[in-house]
Amino acid sequence: MHSGGADKHSWRKAKNALVSAATFLSAIVVITPLGLVFFHLLVNGASSVNWAFFTQLPKPVGVIGGGMVNAIVGSLELLGLASLIGIPIGVLGGVYLAEYGSVRANSMVRFIADVLNGVPSITWGVVVYGLVVLRFKSFSGYAGGLALGLIMVPLILRTTEEVILLVPNGYREAALALGISRWKTIVHVVMKTASKGIITGILLALARISGETAPLLFTAFGNRFWNHNLAEPIAALPLQIFSYAISPYDDWHRQAWAGALVLVVGIFCVNVLVRILTRERKPSIV
Amino acid sequence: MPAIATMPVKERSAPARMAPPSRFGDKTFEWLTLGMALVVILLVFLIGWQLARGSSLAIQKFGFNFLVTSTWDPVTEQFGALPFIYGTLVSSLLALLIAVPLSIATAVYLTELAPLWIRQPIVSLIEMLAAIPSVILGLWGIFVMVPWLRDYLFPLLKRAFGWTPFFTGPIYGPSMLAGGIIVAIMILPIITSVSREILRSVPNLQREAAYALGATRWEVTRIAVLSYAKKGLFGAVILGLGRALGETMAVTMVIGNTPQIAASLFKPGYTLASVIANEFTEATTDVYLQALFELGLVLFGVTILVNLLAQLLLKTMTAKSATRAAE
Repeated sequence: MHSGGADKHSWRKAKNALVSAATFLSAIVVITPLGLVFFHLLVNGASSVNWAFFTQLPKPVGVIGGGMVNAIVGSLELLGLASLIGIPIGVLGGVYLAEYGSVRANSMVRFIADVLNGVPSITWGVVVYGLVVLRFKSFSGYAGGLALGLIMVPLILRTTEEVILLVPNGYREAALALGISRWKTIVHVVMKTASKGIITGILLALARISGETAPLLFTAFGNRFWNHNLAEPIAALPLQIFSYAISPYDDWHRQAWAGALVLVVGIFCVNVLVRILTRERKPSIV
Repeated sequence: MPAIATMPVKERSAPARMAPPSRFGDKTFEWLTLGMALVVILLVFLIGWQLARGSSLAIQKFGFNFLVTSTWDPVTEQFGALPFIYGTLVSSLLALLIAVPLSIATAVYLTELAPLWIRQPIVSLIEMLAAIPSVILGLWGIFVMVPWLRDYLFPLLKRAFGWTPFFTGPIYGPSMLAGGIIVAIMILPIITSVSREILRSVPNLQREAAYALGATRWEVTRIAVLSYAKKGLFGAVILGLGRALGETMAVTMVIGNTPQIAASLFKPGYTLASVIANEFTEATTDVYLQALFELGLVLFGVTILVNLLAQLLLKTMTAKSATRAAE
């Protein structure tokens, strides 16, 4: 081999190393914002997450202290309402795609669900405003729950379908051979086998909508006081974070950081739970 | 057959006397699940219908001019969407310029080049980034990113590229460029994870063939993987574009919210989603509200088209790898 070939070879190797280094750096840059956001959440928020934060209402402007208990409870109420709408529609729709229907029609529904997933969440706020808020002439917890619930539908539909397709056909055949009717087979055998996966999908959807702010701006609207009447405006954690963040008061900024920290920790806990659930599922289903 | 004919009649007819199994439960369940699946299709029409109904007066009043004029004056009831369309497009394109090279390089690293033990941790971290709500990224943007950009990065850019029209004028902080950067952070995870799926779906045969020719790891990636996955990666980018166009809270918090069309990226801007978020509850007159509904309709129309395109591209890619695998 003459020297030209060796040069070329080492240049190719160098290029390989160079690209590897560059892509590695890209990966570092991509995860850097996560580290920075987390760092600043802890620095700015941790000191304000205290007993008062979880037990007190927001104080009036200029009064230091207070908490976000109404927003935390409001968010949970909204998530509950959203689940009432999103879970039945999403799960049963997913069952249909996996168990019934024709290949072609189903792939169209699947396609539309994927497209629907890409619809900006603020659009849902506008639509529900037109459907509910304008009609009943009031911002309300119901409207907020509906907006969040509709966002959940395509998310849950797709994950449910995927995990139900993972259930081996032998299970269905065994149940049908025993003379069990089709729908009982699906509910008691197929869905039960896939239940962990279905729950995982639901949890992920809940984690996703628990941070949604845009669809709540003109549906749930937010509230600085206690409200347990769902027909009236209701507080939500992300809304409170937003209104505090863009306010001119330092004490509110501090509270916004604390609220953000609480919200992020909650979302990450759900994600960790999901990871534990899926880790257990994998070996058993294959 | 004689053997059957001699069997006792009583035993044979026993099953026949049982009531036929009821199909009622089965039918009901099938129709119920079908109904729920159809809700998805219904929802798309519901959004379109509601947005069109909510903006019908504005569409009649302003017609096509709505899209090409730039006066936004609630007092005189003159509404033109051009500055918002401009802001949405520019912030999204900036976001793509930043996010696409980083995401695809990361996806390449994670599927082709990285040591195996490091892959899963990085993937998990990227999933965590995806889980951070927009409003929290916006909070971080207001109090950490924008001041840093204003004090360090923007002056640097101004010194280096001040001769171009894009980096001129006073530096405020909240700006089109800040909006683009925050959207880039928002769409990094989705482009990365979809690209990663695409690269993983490239058949190993492709790679082995290139290795057999003596290619280095990077050459294998470039020749056998990237060229094969081109269409799917494009789909991932378009999917990211769809998310960028509709991104609301984080952008609203850092872009400055000023309806203007300016070449300089240091100047504040405004996006479709931001103006809806900010002004919807302030809309005092019918026409004002209608104009905001029409902005929603424009946003919905554009994102639906972009997402359709993305899904089509991704679908052909996965179909391709499925047929290859079957061969």
